[in-house]
Amino acid sequence: MAERAGATVELREVTKRYGDTVAVDRLSFTVPAGRICVLVGPSGCGKTTSLRMVNRLIEPTSGEILIDGQNVLAEDPTQLRRRIGYVIQQTGLFPHQTVADNIATVPRLLDWPKERIQARVDELMKLIGLDPERMRRRYPAQLSGGERQRVGVARAMAAEPPLMLMDEPFAAVDPIVRERLQNEFLRLHRSIGMTVIFVTHDIDEAIKLGDRVAVMRLGHLVQYAPPGELLAHPADAFVAQFVGSDRGLKRLSLLTVGGVELEQVDRARLDSAPVLSPAMSLRDALAVMLSSEAQEGAVMDGDRYLGALTLPRIGRMLRVDEPS
Amino acid sequence: MTPGEPLIRWEWVAGHTDELTMRIGEHLELTAIAVLVGLVIAFALAFLAVRLPPLYPPITWTAGILYTIPSLALFALLVPYTGLSLLTAEIGLVSYTLLILIRNIVGGIRSVPSEVRDAALGMGYTPRQILLRIELPLALGVIFAGIRVATITTIGLVTVTALIGQGGLGYLILIGIQQFFSTPLILGASLSVGLAIVVDGVLVLLQRALTPWSRVA
Repeated sequence: MAERAGATVELREVTKRYGDTVAVDRLSFTVPAGRICVLVGPSGCGKTTSLRMVNRLIEPTSGEILIDGQNVLAEDPTQLRRRIGYVIQQTGLFPHQTVADNIATVPRLLDWPKERIQARVDELMKLIGLDPERMRRRYPAQLSGGERQRVGVARAMAAEPPLMLMDEPFAAVDPIVRERLQNEFLRLHRSIGMTVIFVTHDIDEAIKLGDRVAVMRLGHLVQYAPPGELLAHPADAFVAQFVGSDRGLKRLSLLTVGGVELEQVDRARLDSAPVLSPAMSLRDALAVMLSSEAQEGAVMDGDRYLGALTLPRIGRMLRVDEPS
Repeated sequence: MTPGEPLIRWEWVAGHTDELTMRIGEHLELTAIAVLVGLVIAFALAFLAVRLPPLYPPITWTAGILYTIPSLALFALLVPYTGLSLLTAEIGLVSYTLLILIRNIVGGIRSVPSEVRDAALGMGYTPRQILLRIELPLALGVIFAGIRVATITTIGLVTVTALIGQGGLGYLILIGIQQFFSTPLILGASLSVGLAIVVDGVLVLLQRALTPWSRVA
């Protein structure tokens, strides 16, 4: 049901200075249309400043930001912001407005007709798993933390923006809810296909959500790469340390059983071996094999036997570069 | 008071219901004008202070000075200029509402969580829309607290304006004192207290109706 393709976002030499302090230094990267780009790094690295320059909540000192080739600095900031979804950690839901009114914020600013707004609100509430009949008239204070974040995301998506900016949107909820919200968000993203720039300080979240991950440090972009590459080939010691000494293991969760070369051994030999599916991540496959004390697993696509996955094979996939 | 005189002569009350109603009406009118005019001025000054924060201290300082002038003295000082008029009464009454109203309007607006303001700005609200649609509604609880205090204070103060010929329940107190007659004095005082309680109750109901979100959770 792809409503609208995402926008291409390009930052060119974007710099933000506060007096003598350089918060963001000549930041350049491109987010292809429809992709999720995660800005990650320790606090004070400039990731939130970078995000807020895209919708001009902060004005860049120099450089250009292009959305589908148009320089945002040439546009009226208010009009620009109405075209860009914006989600923040504390949700910023309006406490005096109901769930429905909160979600309707941008469509109202854009003067959509009433019926269209109402239909859109209902559609979005169903999309984020809130029953419109029951929840429409509730106030934010009557929602759980997870529900509030969902409403925050729905509100940002209401006017079908081709670009969404998300500043640590899932950081304030407990780990279980966070994981559920992340999965829901990925599902939403797959069905809608907007471009997303997402800020987090959590490298695991970055690896899970990002099509591209931009690692920042002290206002600089240190590495910009797909998560698998980031884990396998960290650009320097800082990135290696930041992604963690278990980055080989993290990388396993990005790879699937079906994506690696399997050993062609006789199915009969694997009688007592655990059964694995091609869609499983290598990390989960490893866990299954270790817990059943097996050296190998039988990969089955339904009834069809595809081959054997062995521990040494997984071990080879664990190997990652040591940065000099 | 005259010895042997009862505190309240009910037959006097029964014979003066029209006057009592009229005095209550005058009292309410004097109060309403003072609070409404006070609100208009306070909102203007509060918005100015929110827009230009360095102006806030001098504004509250001036309102504070006005607040500390004894009401009798203020009326006496004004009479040579504005006479024994409604204007004189209202200048005094409005002056006393300003400090509390300005402080609560500014405080209410400043108490709006910064992330709410950030989200509103980030979604494309103009600063004016943020003030009118986000900050003011969210400040209503604190503003109403100020309106209640200002109104009750004004209802008490209006009894003094009878001295400059503006009627109200103070007029009853005044004739009670002049004629050594306790009935109108006690009636004037207790009706003024009763009026304050009733009006405060009405304001509480109004606030509840205007801020439905503050009653949930």
